[in-house]
Amino acid sequence: MDDKPFRPNVTGTQAPYDSPSYRSTGLRHPTQPLAPLPHTITETTGPRFSQSRFPATIDISVVGGRAAVGERIIVEGRVLDEDGRPVPHTMIELWQANAAGRYAHPSDRHDAPLDGNFRGTGRAFTDADGKYRFVTIKPGAYPWGNHFNAWRPNHIHYSLFGPGFATRLITQMYFPGDPLLPLDPIFNCVPDAGARERLIGVFDIGIAKPDWALGYRFDIVLRGRGATPVQAADEHGEH
Amino acid sequence: MPVATAHQTIGPYWHLLEDASWADLTRFGAEGERIVVGGRITDGAGAPVGDACVEIWQSDPPASDVFTGFGRAATDADGMFAFTTLKPGAVRGRGNAVQAPHLAVAIFARGLLRHLATRLYFAGEPLNESDPLLSSIGDERRGTLIARPEGPGVWHLDIRLQGAAETVFLDV
Repeated sequence: MDDKPFRPNVTGTQAPYDSPSYRSTGLRHPTQPLAPLPHTITETTGPRFSQSRFPATIDISVVGGRAAVGERIIVEGRVLDEDGRPVPHTMIELWQANAAGRYAHPSDRHDAPLDGNFRGTGRAFTDADGKYRFVTIKPGAYPWGNHFNAWRPNHIHYSLFGPGFATRLITQMYFPGDPLLPLDPIFNCVPDAGARERLIGVFDIGIAKPDWALGYRFDIVLRGRGATPVQAADEHGEH
Repeated sequence: MPVATAHQTIGPYWHLLEDASWADLTRFGAEGERIVVGGRITDGAGAPVGDACVEIWQSDPPASDVFTGFGRAATDADGMFAFTTLKPGAVRGRGNAVQAPHLAVAIFARGLLRHLATRLYFAGEPLNESDPLLSSIGDERRGTLIARPEGPGVWHLDIRLQGAAETVFLDV
């Protein structure tokens, strides 16, 4: 068992809990500093999910043989660690709104149509090379109550586990060229421009399947183990 | 070198993933000292957090084919959540240290741009006195990590995201 701790996140690449532009953080962010916790077996280990008990559903564009309405897309990518090594056989959960921007959930009251052929949840496992793939429908934008005329950009929610509970990650994939991105507090709460950019899937005609679906690539990086490699890289003149 | 992907909020519609059976870590037939561990999450105004996703992970007893070691539960309108699991034992810490029985707790919710990490310990455990994490926290706030017994095998922990008795959250 690998007991080495995971590296801290690179400064500026994670959103602060207290982010006033995203109103709901107001009463939910801690005001006391986080207490340091050197990693132990509790943090360096994490759950394992077997496909026999947690079956994959990678094509969520079809329910009971009937196709959902919307633009069919393939989303694929790799899950890597901060050393560029694949994270194999890890579970990915996905959820999203339908093409009209409505979640198949009773608490979503947006006046947009539901689609009986779209539930909007998927589950995949990375292969030995860290690769995964989903087939879905491009989600629509939808309004929310954060501020006047607030709309969330098109996005797909991702949930990943990785090798330890300290690598647990929930994030969102966005779409290139979305005019709502510069206006979205949730996206823009991430301070580092490069870190924001990496939340945007890359359109890839090589993933698109002729006469069937467009394609996007979305790679995800989980925390690496051990000391940060920055010093070693500097010594070799690499950046 | 690649840099770890930014977290984003779980949002209000994560319930699409919800499977109530995941709150029972023993559902595949695990045997042992079964306990119910629950709590209540409130915000800085003392209002219940009714849309949170709470996850627990325990490294003891070791996860197996019958014991997941991992659970996920939703809070209800009153901010309450509950898991059925096996009572964890002591686990090794760093160096020669021994850690008191505990669960790792992750809280995801609308308004949390990344999850909050904390731990749940059990009142009355002799090892609590020497646990490295508990010992590192001042007397005033240590209790926010320690669940109290509500009955035989039933434990409760109030989790306050913000305010006077704010829970100790961890830089994991």
